Amino acid sequence: MHDIAKHDENKAQFFWVWGALLILTAIEVVLGYKQVFSPVRMLEVLLLLSVIKSALIIGYFMHLKFERALMRWVLVISVTACFVIMYFFFFPDADRIINLGVK
Amino acid sequence: MAEAAFEHDAVHVVHATGHGAEGAYEAPLFGAYSKKIGMWLFLASDSLTFGALLFAFSYNRIYTNPWPTPFHAESIANATIMTACLLSSSLTMVLAVLASQRGDRPWTRNWLLATMVFGTAFIVLHGMEWSKLIGEGLSIPGFMTLLGVAKPAATGELADISKNVPQFPQAFFGLTAMHMLHVTIGVIYLGVVAFRKWFLPVLAVIWIAGALLIPSGNVFHYPVHALGIGLLIAAVIVLLKPKVYDSHDVEVCGLYWHFVDLVWMFIFPLVYLMSTKVT
Repeated sequence: MHDIAKHDENKAQFFWVWGALLILTAIEVVLGYKQVFSPVRMLEVLLLLSVIKSALIIGYFMHLKFERALMRWVLVISVTACFVIMYFFFFPDADRIINLGVK
Repeated sequence: MAEAAFEHDAVHVVHATGHGAEGAYEAPLFGAYSKKIGMWLFLASDSLTFGALLFAFSYNRIYTNPWPTPFHAESIANATIMTACLLSSSLTMVLAVLASQRGDRPWTRNWLLATMVFGTAFIVLHGMEWSKLIGEGLSIPGFMTLLGVAKPAATGELADISKNVPQFPQAFFGLTAMHMLHVTIGVIYLGVVAFRKWFLPVLAVIWIAGALLIPSGNVFHYPVHALGIGLLIAAVIVLLKPKVYDSHDVEVCGLYWHFVDLVWMFIFPLVYLMSTKVT
């Protein structure tokens, strides 16, 4: 009986996470469709919302929040390193190309 | 909870004999059974694949000025429904894992089937959208000829984009094709875990029906045979290594499925929402 109660608590948590994901998606759609921000700001906001949604999926649905800390940190650090490389190295290079006047 | 489970399983290792003892594994660095660690490592490598495609898309997006914004309200609505399907499929997948952990085989199968239904809905909606965009002129010329696709519209907004900004269709189709392939593989994987060898005839029927019913000018006329390759691989696995898939197998399958959903959380805003046409 104790195990079943624990499972029911877990189940409720997942429904909350699912609801939060749907709400965040709705916010993204409204922002994107209404073109609320300038393109660069829009990209930053959408990426931030995507990272939050990913964190919810990885943490709760993929259960990483409840795994051992070492596993959590190895995965998070490696993925974060990829994002850092993308943001700080590739994007400035793409921006530079606009100013070269290449058609 | 993870620590307690680890201690319990460490004790179980001491008493386990031979191979195949359910739940037994060597004392691991990460406190999880090796199947799970293996899947996480695979997902880390696959995230680099999608990362590279997303980098390429974003790089193109930034330096191409102006970037086309052809997605009208119907495309955005369709993509939003697809996103809702994938998010719901993640929920049903989690419920399947919970059911398998409490030993409830019928409900494990039911929730896995629900996940497959949502995943299939995603693929069908995506396929319909692809066909519509290609029919209106969005294409990669050489590639469409290779697939025998009926000549798309020569004029119109999407035809102009294909001619003047070829990076757009290349990035769009490249990213979404890779993702669609992963979703398809995921649905087959779920089917094998849920129904084992009884899924093989179902997959065979879907493949043959697709091959016969998809018209020759459609972009999926030849790619549908990927289902045949999936059938062959599933048959080798299920028939050469028959086993009852336990909660660990369902959990590992769930990790793959959630990853597929995770990738779409980036593709949807970057590809669709950043290219909306507000009228």
